[in-house]
Amino acid sequence: MITSYLRRGMAAGLLAGLLAGLFAFFIGEPYVDRAIRIEEAAATHSHEEGAGHADDEGVFSRTTQKVGLFFATGVFGVMVGGLFGMAYAYFRGRLASESDWYRSLSLASAVFAGAFLIPYLKYPANPPAVGDPATIGERTATYFAVVALSLLVVLAAWYASRRLKERGISAPIRQMAVGLGVAVAVGVMLVAFPAAPDPGDFPSGLLWSFRLSSLGTQMVFWAGLGVVFGLLCERANRRGQRTESVA
Amino acid sequence: MERVSFGERRISLGEMPLWSWLVTALLLAMLFVLLSASGELLVPLLGQAGEIANYMHEFAHDGRHLLSVPCH
Repeated sequence: MITSYLRRGMAAGLLAGLLAGLFAFFIGEPYVDRAIRIEEAAATHSHEEGAGHADDEGVFSRTTQKVGLFFATGVFGVMVGGLFGMAYAYFRGRLASESDWYRSLSLASAVFAGAFLIPYLKYPANPPAVGDPATIGERTATYFAVVALSLLVVLAAWYASRRLKERGISAPIRQMAVGLGVAVAVGVMLVAFPAAPDPGDFPSGLLWSFRLSSLGTQMVFWAGLGVVFGLLCERANRRGQRTESVA
Repeated sequence: MERVSFGERRISLGEMPLWSWLVTALLLAMLFVLLSASGELLVPLLGQAGEIANYMHEFAHDGRHLLSVPCH
């Protein structure tokens, strides 16, 4: 049974990843191209001063990298979808929603918030040219630490509200308490972790457009995953009922 | 009928089979290679073998930026 959720998750993830890739290709790529031109201009400039490290960007052509975009979002989709499917197998019997459609949408929204949206408040996406390559190890570690902690915050919020409900605490009190707890936890995280890299004199309009397009890419992915996974589960349920009524 | 009853009841973490934990670990590791592996990150840990990761870094470059993970 876990296998079929894993399979549905991977299929839904592949489709959602390719949709996100399409969005990123049409909406996001023009900003990536402009950021790369800024990065190259800066690199040529520092080469003239004899201090640059510009040649690390030439392994693949830009065209190949745009094909690579679909590879990246597609494979990302398959893997995240597989993890989502297995998480769904575990949480299915525990979620309050009454159908697989609603359960899929609510799990996808919760994971979107924990794995992407909260970390994005602390470390928003950066275009090429922003961020010092020398600090990439540190930034990668803190980014994934924030992702793990945010997922824990979402999980704890869900668990706490379920326990409070079992104890018969009224909805307004329960939701205010959990909301306050989430706000405090997220606030502490925003303050406690090291600051995001300074974009320096990178054009702020371009930075904003790029960040909106990466937010959009992730929103398309998680909406697609929740919708397609929900539809696949509903279809499997209908088929299951049909075979039962035949038998 | 077995399918339905499994779907209705809650499975505990202990009931999740071993393979599901292994697949989870494998998917997380592959996700890391896709999203974050690069020469700059891995050469200090793996030595020159880490350079291979640069091909993944460059190929998945635009996806990394637009999916909003730290790229370089």
